[in-house]
Amino acid sequence: MAIFLTKDSKVVVQGMTGSEGMKHTTRMLASGTQIVGGVNPRKAGEQVAFPDDVTIPVFGSVADAMAETGADVSVVFVPPAFTKAAVIEAVDAGMPLVVIITEGVPVADTAEFFSYATEKGTRLIGPNCPGLITPGQSNVGITPATITGPGKIGLVSKSGTLTYQMLFELRDIGFTTAVGIGGDPIVGTTHIDCLEAFQNDPETEAIVMIGEIGGDAEERAAAYIKEHVTKPVVGYVAGFEAPEGKTMGHAGAIVSGSAGTAQAKKEALEAAGVKVGKTPSETARLMREILQG
Amino acid sequence: MDLYEYQARDMFEKHGVPVLPGIVASTPAEAKAAAEKLGGGTVVVKAQVKTGGRGKAGGVKVVHNPADAEAAAAQILGMDIKGHTVHKVMIAAGAKIAQEFYFSVLLDRAQRRYLAMCSVEGGMEIEQLAVEKPEALARVAVDPLKGIDAEKAAEIVATAGFPAELADKVAAVIMSLWGVYDAEDATLVEVNPLVLTEDGEVIALDGKVTLDENAGFRHEDHEALEDKDAADPLEAKAKALDLNYVKLDGSVGIIGNGAGLVMSTLDVVAYAGEQFGGVKPANFLDIGGGASAAVMANGLDVILNDAQVKSVFVNVFGGITSCVEVAKGIIGALESLGDAATKPLVVRLDGNAVEEGREILAAAGHPLVTIVETMDGAAAKAAELAAAA
Repeated sequence: MAIFLTKDSKVVVQGMTGSEGMKHTTRMLASGTQIVGGVNPRKAGEQVAFPDDVTIPVFGSVADAMAETGADVSVVFVPPAFTKAAVIEAVDAGMPLVVIITEGVPVADTAEFFSYATEKGTRLIGPNCPGLITPGQSNVGITPATITGPGKIGLVSKSGTLTYQMLFELRDIGFTTAVGIGGDPIVGTTHIDCLEAFQNDPETEAIVMIGEIGGDAEERAAAYIKEHVTKPVVGYVAGFEAPEGKTMGHAGAIVSGSAGTAQAKKEALEAAGVKVGKTPSETARLMREILQG
Repeated sequence: MDLYEYQARDMFEKHGVPVLPGIVASTPAEAKAAAEKLGGGTVVVKAQVKTGGRGKAGGVKVVHNPADAEAAAAQILGMDIKGHTVHKVMIAAGAKIAQEFYFSVLLDRAQRRYLAMCSVEGGMEIEQLAVEKPEALARVAVDPLKGIDAEKAAEIVATAGFPAELADKVAAVIMSLWGVYDAEDATLVEVNPLVLTEDGEVIALDGKVTLDENAGFRHEDHEALEDKDAADPLEAKAKALDLNYVKLDGSVGIIGNGAGLVMSTLDVVAYAGEQFGGVKPANFLDIGGGASAAVMANGLDVILNDAQVKSVFVNVFGGITSCVEVAKGIIGALESLGDAATKPLVVRLDGNAVEEGREILAAAGHPLVTIVETMDGAAAKAAELAAAA
């Protein structure tokens, strides 16, 4: 088992024919992902060649790609100005899971397509995220697959490179699924969504949660863990030394109900029984102690 | 990006929000001329700073003639308000205030939609109101797909408890403030106070606007609103090179890839630095995903030009970024500096093309470069070198 993504997932790539899309489709194929098509209305009907004699068909729309291939995951590599239209197209086609890698999407666009996707029952991951990987089965996004392996840890993180760091540190124990949820103010899938899914996944034995300053997602996740998660959770929070960043003004602080500092997040997690590491390596050690005694 | 009050005022005016006349001034003479232009009578001289509490700090003065406006501006310009130096004042027309209200619309990260907040009790700091009289602050969820239409505006004023004779007037202003939020890609539009004048007009007397920088591509005019004088010279240089850099006060220069890893690197250096008398990071610098050797070299150039930097920690976990490019960037930057390069570099590489990257550094054998395999070990080495320098 795994969460959200398995070896049977059939993936279409929106923006496959662009340079980023080509590069990452090549890498996803190399890590075993079943890529069944690309989407580009101007190149519909073409076949795109990838290494190892693989060719991937290009469809004119997400709906066409789904009808032809039975795709159930879409990954979006289109530029920020076109991301909203791409996501809405996938949602309208009835895609169950849309993973948005694009960085720099206006938050108003995300707010709109998130509301729309929620109404229509599509799960979004991202934007501004590395995607998700179920090692040994499938990799959707830009995570380097070779740094880790399959196993029994579930990982959820706001940060891409910290995800890689943790996948690498604990590569010998391995992971069920690692989800990079992205660091934007609004993300389609939250820490809590992933915690719930990992709690319900029989193969996940323990969970690593990586957060960073800003907002109150970690505090809410801590409250969720206290109530609903019985599996061991180890946490890491980045940003103790970060200067006060872009504040949202006074009104923002009221909404979050928290200062959003790394210290506040660490304390909230510890109060929920989560062991929080001081560095990524110490966090990995804490996980190792839990699973290997 | 947070706007100054005068920029918010101008933006409000552009979108039909009722505001009072206001003119920005950078010198006392300009302030006097502005007061004359506004009729020569009573005006308010207001410090333009991106922080609250300026009234209490003496940054707002009511004056009754242009000569006094000039004198007030001379006092306020250059004043320090919570660490912000006042470079500009706004000369605003006076208003006869009958009542003060509060309104804001902002991004609600937790609920992943927008939130409108409104109160008939304005004038007070909103944090204080929220704590002391939470029942007086109406909070109304706004669906991003619908925004604030006439129905939603009516709901907001009704929830806030405006009397019937004011409801329509306030609702109309709220809809025009939503127009600002929506059309300008704001993440916060706040008016405190929103006032009712003795003449029965509803006016936005002070405004706070935060714009979404990700939406800059569809707002060419937003670039002109950026505060260019406020930036540190190294930050300005980094910005010109398109680098994501923030200057800090410590002595270990930091370069890494990905905001999360770089933030973590700052923490790990400060943690390791405790062993060496409290060594701290000198900066935040994220070279981003897929950086080239040129980007790496530019980053190193900015950091090595910081006089406070005693050692440098390059911490890269290559996802898209190739360790080969990072290694080439380091060698290239050191070669172009030649004898001018004197600060030690500690490099930790992992991930994409790590072996090749480490080989390039090892083959170059530069005396200033130390390769350390782990992040914690490298942080300790960099802190030790900074403390010894």
